Amino acid sequence: MTDDGAARGVLLDARAVTKRFGGFTALDEVSLGVRTGERFGMIGPNGSGKTTMINCISGTLANDGGEIFFKGGKLDGRKPHERTRLGIARSFQIPKPFRSMTVLENLVIPLEYATHTGPAEISERGMSILETIGLADRAGENSGKLTQIDMRKLELARAMATEPELLISDEAMAGLSSSEVDDILEILFRLNGEGITIIMIEHIMRAVMRFSERIVVLDAGRKIAEGAPDDIVNDPEVERAYLGE
Amino acid sequence: MFSIELLLNALVAGVLLGGFYAAVSLGLTVSFGQLNIVNIAHPAFVILGSYIAYMCNSAWGLDPILVGLAFAPVFFFVGIGVYRIYYESFERKDAEALRGLAFFFGVMFIIEVGLILAYGVDFRSVQAPYIGQNWKIGGIGVPTRMLVPFCVSLTMFGAVYLYMSRTFNGRAIMAVAQDRLALQLMAADPVRIKQLGFGIGIGTTAIAGALLIIIIPIEPSVGRLYIGQVFAIAVLAGLGSIPGTLVAALVLGVAESVVSTFFGPSWAPAVAFGILLLALAFRPQGLFGR
Amino acid sequence: MKLSSFWLWAAVIALLGAALTIFDIVPVNAFVYFAGYVVLQYVVLATAWNIMGGYMGYVNFGTAGFFAVGAYTSVVLYNLFKAPLLLMIPVSGIVCGLLGLAMGYLTLRLRGVFFAIATLALAIVLETLVINWDYVGGATGAYILRDREIAPFGDYIEFLFFTMLLLAIFAVGVARWIERSKAGRGIAAIRDDEEAAECAGVPTLKLKLVATTVSGFLMGVAGAPFVLYVGFVEPSSAFNLVYAVNSIAMPMIGGATTWVGPLIGALLLGTVQQVATVTISSELNLLIVGVLLVFFVIAAPEGIVGLVRKWRRSGDDG
Repeated sequence: MTDDGAARGVLLDARAVTKRFGGFTALDEVSLGVRTGERFGMIGPNGSGKTTMINCISGTLANDGGEIFFKGGKLDGRKPHERTRLGIARSFQIPKPFRSMTVLENLVIPLEYATHTGPAEISERGMSILETIGLADRAGENSGKLTQIDMRKLELARAMATEPELLISDEAMAGLSSSEVDDILEILFRLNGEGITIIMIEHIMRAVMRFSERIVVLDAGRKIAEGAPDDIVNDPEVERAYLGE
Repeated sequence: MFSIELLLNALVAGVLLGGFYAAVSLGLTVSFGQLNIVNIAHPAFVILGSYIAYMCNSAWGLDPILVGLAFAPVFFFVGIGVYRIYYESFERKDAEALRGLAFFFGVMFIIEVGLILAYGVDFRSVQAPYIGQNWKIGGIGVPTRMLVPFCVSLTMFGAVYLYMSRTFNGRAIMAVAQDRLALQLMAADPVRIKQLGFGIGIGTTAIAGALLIIIIPIEPSVGRLYIGQVFAIAVLAGLGSIPGTLVAALVLGVAESVVSTFFGPSWAPAVAFGILLLALAFRPQGLFGR
Repeated sequence: MKLSSFWLWAAVIALLGAALTIFDIVPVNAFVYFAGYVVLQYVVLATAWNIMGGYMGYVNFGTAGFFAVGAYTSVVLYNLFKAPLLLMIPVSGIVCGLLGLAMGYLTLRLRGVFFAIATLALAIVLETLVINWDYVGGATGAYILRDREIAPFGDYIEFLFFTMLLLAIFAVGVARWIERSKAGRGIAAIRDDEEAAECAGVPTLKLKLVATTVSGFLMGVAGAPFVLYVGFVEPSSAFNLVYAVNSIAMPMIGGATTWVGPLIGALLLGTVQQVATVTISSELNLLIVGVLLVFFVIAAPEGIVGLVRKWRRSGDDG
C-alpha cells in the first residue's frame, strides 16, 4: 500500500510547522507530507495540536515557524479564502452553518466565491453536491434547524462546494451514532474515489483505522509516530500517549 | 504651566478619582467580565442611583451614602429582574449577543429619557456636611467630597472582593462563565448563579451613583460618558479580574486627572475612550488578561 | 421586468418630490418639509447602519459620530470658501467613508461586542476633538448663513427636502443593490459565521471594508446638509445619541436583514417622532423609541418585516 502511495506526487507538504500561543507551544516542528489521492489520518489526544495544525494549513492561524507547500506552491502568507480557492477545503469540528440561509444557499456561497461555476449552473451544481452527500431532501430547509448528523453532512457538502483537491475533515463524526459514523465514512470513501485527497482528524479509532492509508500521531504538539494503521496500533509510544504513564 | 506641586495635586486627585471609578466599574467587572453579559446600561443604572440619592437628599435631607446603601438591595432585585428578562429573551434562546446588546442599549436610553422626563436636563447636586471642605496636606489639596467617596468605594470594593473569593456563591459566580463543568460538579444552577452575580453588579450601582453625585453635579446624559470609563477599566483589567479592576481604575483616574490638569478638562473624556480604543486595538485581553 | 420596478417607483417618487418642491403643484406647509426632511434623513441613516449592522452583524453605536463628522465637514468647507451644498455632500461622504474604512480595519482585531463598544468610543473621541477644535466653533458651535430662497425651489427648505429625498432614494437603492449582489451574499455569510465564510472562499476583510466604507459614506452624506437645515451646529446637537439610538432602533423594528426593514422602520418611527414632538413632547417620544426598541428585540427579533412574513406564511398554510 505504501509503495503505491510513493508513486503518487506530494500534494501537501508541511515542513517543521511551529505554532506558539504566548509561552505555550501548540505545534513543535511538525512535518507531514500528504500524497495526491491519499486517505490520510491524523490522531492524537485532546490538546495535542490537531486542530491547530489544520488551522495552520487552512490559514485561519499563521504558523510561527516552518513552511507549508500545496501543489509545490508556498502557502505561508496566503489568506484562508485564497487557500480555499487553491483547492484546500475544511469542515469544522463544531458545525458552523450559515444559519440565516437554507441548506442550498449555504452551498451557493462557496460555489460563487471559490469556483468558476457560472450563475446559471450554481443551483444545479449545489443540488448535485447535496445528492452526493445525501442532503437533497433538506435543500430548502433552514440550515440552523438541522439535526446533528445533517449539520455534519452540510459541513462536508459546503467543503465539497469549493471543489477542493484536498479535503480536511475535522472530527466530522464526533457525537454521532455508530450507523451515522458509517454514513459519513461512506461519503468520505466516495469522495476519495472521485480523486479528492482527504485528511481525516478523528477520535473514533475504528473509523480512522478503517479509513486511513497512512496515519500521523500528534502528542503535545509533536509528531510521535507515522505509518500504516497496523504499525500505529502497535507503536509503544502511541500507546503511552493515549493511555498515559 | 508645569510644576511639581501641580503634578502632585493631579496625582492625588487622580488616585481619589480612580478609587471612585473602581466603585463605578466594579459591577461591570462582575456582569461583563465574569458573566459575559454586555450590560451597556450599567452607567445608566449608576445615574439612576445618583438621582435616587438626590431625591431622598433634597426631600428629607438624608445622607446620600446612606441612601445608596439602603437602595443597594432594591437595585439588587431590579438587577435580578433585568437578568430574568435577558435570560428568557436572549440567553436561553441562544440569540446573537448583539441582540442582547441592543436590548441593554434600549434600557440605557429608557433610563436616561425617563430621568429627563422626571427631572429635566438641569444639573442636580446633593448636600452633606463633608461636601465643600478641603484639607490641605503639605500644599496638596484633598477635597473631602472626593476623599469620602474614595473610602466608601474601597470599602465596598473590599467587601465584594471578599465575597467573591471567600464564599461558595462568590466562587461560583467567578466560575460560571469560564467553567460550566466545574459549576456542575459544584451542583450549582448556572442561571441562579448568574442571576445572583448580575444582581450584585446592579446592586453596586446604587452606591456608586450616590458617590457620583457627591463628587460632581449630574444630569441624565452624563451616564453615557461613563460608558467609556467603565468599559475601558473592565477591558484593561482583563475582564473579570477584581484586583485588576482596582489597578485599572487607578491608572485611568490618574491619567484623566493629569490630562485635565495640564491640557484642560475638555480633553478628559477622550482619555478614557482613547485608552479603551488603544486597549481594544492592541491588547483585548487587558493588562491582567487570562 | 421585476428588477426595474424598484427604480420605476424611485423615479416616480423623485418626480413627485420635484413636482411638489419645484412646481408647487399642491401648496404644502413648510413644517411638512421640515419634518419630512428629518424622516428622510433617518431613512438614510437607518439604511446606512443596516448595511453594517443588519447585513454584516457588526453593530455600530457611533452613528452620531459619523453624522457629526459629515456635518462638520460641511462647516469646514463653508468656512474655507463658502462651498455649496452640492459639494458638501460628496466631500462629507468621502471623509466619512474613509472613517468607515478605518473602522473596517478595526474589525481585524475586534468582533462582536468589543467592536460595538469601540465604535461608541470612537464617537466620543471624535466629539472631544471637535469640542476642542476652535476652527469649527469648538464647544460653542458654528453658524452657517443659508440663503432664504433658492431657484428653482423657492423656499430653501424645499431644496433641502428634495436633496434629502434623492439621498434617501440613493441610499436605499445602494442597500438593495448590495443585498442582492454576490457581495451581499458574502456579507450575509460573514454575519452568520466569519470563519466559515472565509474558509468558503469569501474574502471577508475586503467585503467588511466595502461594507463599512459604504455605510460610513452614506452616514456622512446624511450629515452634510444638517448645518444648512439647522443653521447653527454645536457638538451636542450633531453628536446627539438620538441618531445612534434611532439608527439602531429603526432597522431593528423594521427588520434588519433586508433593505425594506430600515425603510419601514425609519418612515414609521420617524413620522411618529415628528408628530409626537409637536403634539406631546420631544422627550416622551424618545422614550417611546427606547421602549419600542426593547420590545422589538425581545418580542419580534425579525422586526415588522419578519412579522409580515410569518403572517403570510401562516396564511399560506391555512
